[in-house]
Amino acid sequence: MQVYDAPLRDMRFVLHELFADDGFGGLKKFEEFTPDLLDAVLEEANKVAKDVLLPINAPGDIEGCTYENGVVRTPKGFKAAYDTFREGGWASLASDPEWGGQGLPESVNKLVEEMICATNVSFSLYPGLTHGATTAIEGHASDELKHAYLPKMVSGEWSGTMCLTESHCGTDLGLLRTKADPQPDGSFKITGSKIFISAGDHDLTDNVIHLVLARIADAPAGVKGISLFLVPKFMPNDDGSVGARNGVSVAGIEHKMGLKASATCQINFDDATGWLVGQPHKGMAAMFTMMNTERVSVGVQGLGINEIAYQSAVAYAKERLQGRSLSGAKRPDLAADPIIVHPDVRRMLMTMRVYAEGCRALGQWCARALDAEKHSDDPEVKQRATDFVALMTPVVKALFTDLGFDAANLAVQTYGGHGYIREHGVEQFARDARIAMIYEGTNGVQALDLVGRKLPANMGRNLRPFFHAVSNLCEEMAPKQDKALKAYTGGLQQAFGALQLSTATIAQKGMKDPEEAGAAATDYLRLMGLVGMGYCFLKASKIAYAKLAEGAGDDEGFYKAKIATAGFFFDRILPQATAMFLAIKSGKRSLMALDEAAF
Amino acid sequence: MKVLVPVKRVIDYNVKPRVKMDGTGVDLANVKMSMNPFDEIAVEEAIRLREKGAATEVVVVSIGPAKAQETLRTALAMGADRAILVTTDDAVEPLAVAKILKAIADEEQPGLVILGKQAIDDDSNQTGQMLAALMGRPQGTFASKVEVEGDSVTVTREVDGGLETVKLAIPAIVTTDLRLNEPRYASLPNIMKAKSKPLANKTPTDYGVDTTPRIETVKVSEPPKRVAGIKVADVDELVAKLKAMGVAA
Repeated sequence: MQVYDAPLRDMRFVLHELFADDGFGGLKKFEEFTPDLLDAVLEEANKVAKDVLLPINAPGDIEGCTYENGVVRTPKGFKAAYDTFREGGWASLASDPEWGGQGLPESVNKLVEEMICATNVSFSLYPGLTHGATTAIEGHASDELKHAYLPKMVSGEWSGTMCLTESHCGTDLGLLRTKADPQPDGSFKITGSKIFISAGDHDLTDNVIHLVLARIADAPAGVKGISLFLVPKFMPNDDGSVGARNGVSVAGIEHKMGLKASATCQINFDDATGWLVGQPHKGMAAMFTMMNTERVSVGVQGLGINEIAYQSAVAYAKERLQGRSLSGAKRPDLAADPIIVHPDVRRMLMTMRVYAEGCRALGQWCARALDAEKHSDDPEVKQRATDFVALMTPVVKALFTDLGFDAANLAVQTYGGHGYIREHGVEQFARDARIAMIYEGTNGVQALDLVGRKLPANMGRNLRPFFHAVSNLCEEMAPKQDKALKAYTGGLQQAFGALQLSTATIAQKGMKDPEEAGAAATDYLRLMGLVGMGYCFLKASKIAYAKLAEGAGDDEGFYKAKIATAGFFFDRILPQATAMFLAIKSGKRSLMALDEAAF
Repeated sequence: MKVLVPVKRVIDYNVKPRVKMDGTGVDLANVKMSMNPFDEIAVEEAIRLREKGAATEVVVVSIGPAKAQETLRTALAMGADRAILVTTDDAVEPLAVAKILKAIADEEQPGLVILGKQAIDDDSNQTGQMLAALMGRPQGTFASKVEVEGDSVTVTREVDGGLETVKLAIPAIVTTDLRLNEPRYASLPNIMKAKSKPLANKTPTDYGVDTTPRIETVKVSEPPKRVAGIKVADVDELVAKLKAMGVAA
């Protein structure tokens, strides 16, 4: 069974307590959003997620989207759910109030996104892509385009897409062929075929606004000749209603492993009217504004599925009666003990739990930096936030989606045969989670982005905010006498040492031979992610101890569980850092040893 | 016309209540609390009346601990216009609540008071009726439909035998049943606005009411565990068993 109730206490913890001193907070713009107001927002978002989105998650997976005579339909109930969602203002939660958004911080938005992704990741794509598209339009489009499209898109009446991939080019967009012919009136005629377009067409909104990468006739070859265009499905009338159909048609929908309620379309543009967004040939830069927001959000998809997989597994482990505890019957009144008594089942549940809590905390840190990057008045803070976001974006995307899939997989394992059959809805998590490791740049590409771009940029300055925070915390905690905290600190110090050494190794070897950096990339990203989560768990434990010492009242159980959960992370997960370190140290030699012919 | 809606902060309907070890009551430590579901229906109905133009203002009241402020904010986020919080740490009983509500109604002069038919924590199902008696005004309890026409309100009531329709002169008291409506989700803009809507802080003494409990709870215990049933071979054996138990003649 798919079981979900947003982990509101942990969300409030990461939002209000964990990062109070990270230097990214206290933004004037957000002063009006008091903690009790944000808590009310989270509480209502939870209601919408579990009462509106969760009930159509499994049925949506079974029914899937349909394509008939050029028309795409979402599964039963999606339109009604989308209307409830949109009318409640949830689609515009983090959008700029200038365009009708609610202007809430990303730190809150990412938590709400987590709830949406947990309860219905297919659904999350529709408002998610729209939000990404509005970000790109806001950042790069002309005022005229902004006024014509943003209000309708921010309100969710129209949705957005990003059209990058073509059948022969995905990761390497320099190869793309879609053409843009300039017209005398300043518009362009767009012609070409795109595939894998999420939310590419559907019946949820009156209009779909495509952001399309294409090449203007005389453009230079490669990625430096790509421009970004806004191409609506229907041409808008001056009064904001939809007018004539544009030359945009759907050739079909993809048949996918999961995410079946999200319409992934093949789209043909035939002399479709479009307008340039940003400068000619600078389309990649404009598109990356959107991609960066999206990458963090894709990480959150992994986190969301992680959390619902965990909750669903816990529910089953508590009620499935099978065998007896190794230390003697725990429930002699029942025919057998619930399987949660077994150490190996605990291993699975705890792993899912620390993945979820660790990623939630790390994601929150990153979201706060996103807010500071955009809204801080202090240039020094702004720069630090920008550096931190640059470094963490690939980590959040790849780490969260890898771990999200692992958690979904563990949930299936916890259910045994009942996880493998469809009736319990748990195998859906694994199928739905799988794509997040692939789209918005595969996790391999994220790792390359980390070692190839983010590390060397600005002479390694991107690392500074993260490394300083970790080393300061280790220094602060080292003299503590408490046994648990001492052990946690020792664990983090060791993993951090491994990360520093690996960074130096990659910097040295990678300079001479880029393949060395490429060979280290994926392990290095995981190592950085482990240290990031370790930092969050140590900091959380520090706060939990302090709160318990001053008397936590009703929250005592929460803080005690936080410390125990951190203990599992330091005992059982963080030691993987050593393995990563050794793998990185071994270099590319054994990876590249085989001749191609031997494969 | 003003509509007054009392709301109560109760244990969330999804929570499985646990009885305290010493049997003095239900353990509320660390338990999720929410607005009483019947009260939520009452708030929804009042807002709908305002949206239809039948009412001009929706005032919500809660009598209980300081934290009941959250419950009032929820009602404001749904769309109520202003709130009154009457703070008391006593366990509030229907009569005291009805007396406070009577005093508030005297001040506010609402055309309708819409209450949940009962609160899911103590299941008293008394406050609305007591309030009607104290105010000397007509009551339409267990409403599944409410229609305001001029200076009267037509209430369709869910009674044992089916539906009963009554017409009441305004001001009147209505208590809601489950099927009256489906409460809305608070919209994000309304959650934000709720914070700046007026909320007046009062105490029972402001209304000259003593909330000292009149009822003593002797003991609270879990319902008995269901025991396994038995299989009977045929109808004759079933009838015989029922006769033996004294439930059939």
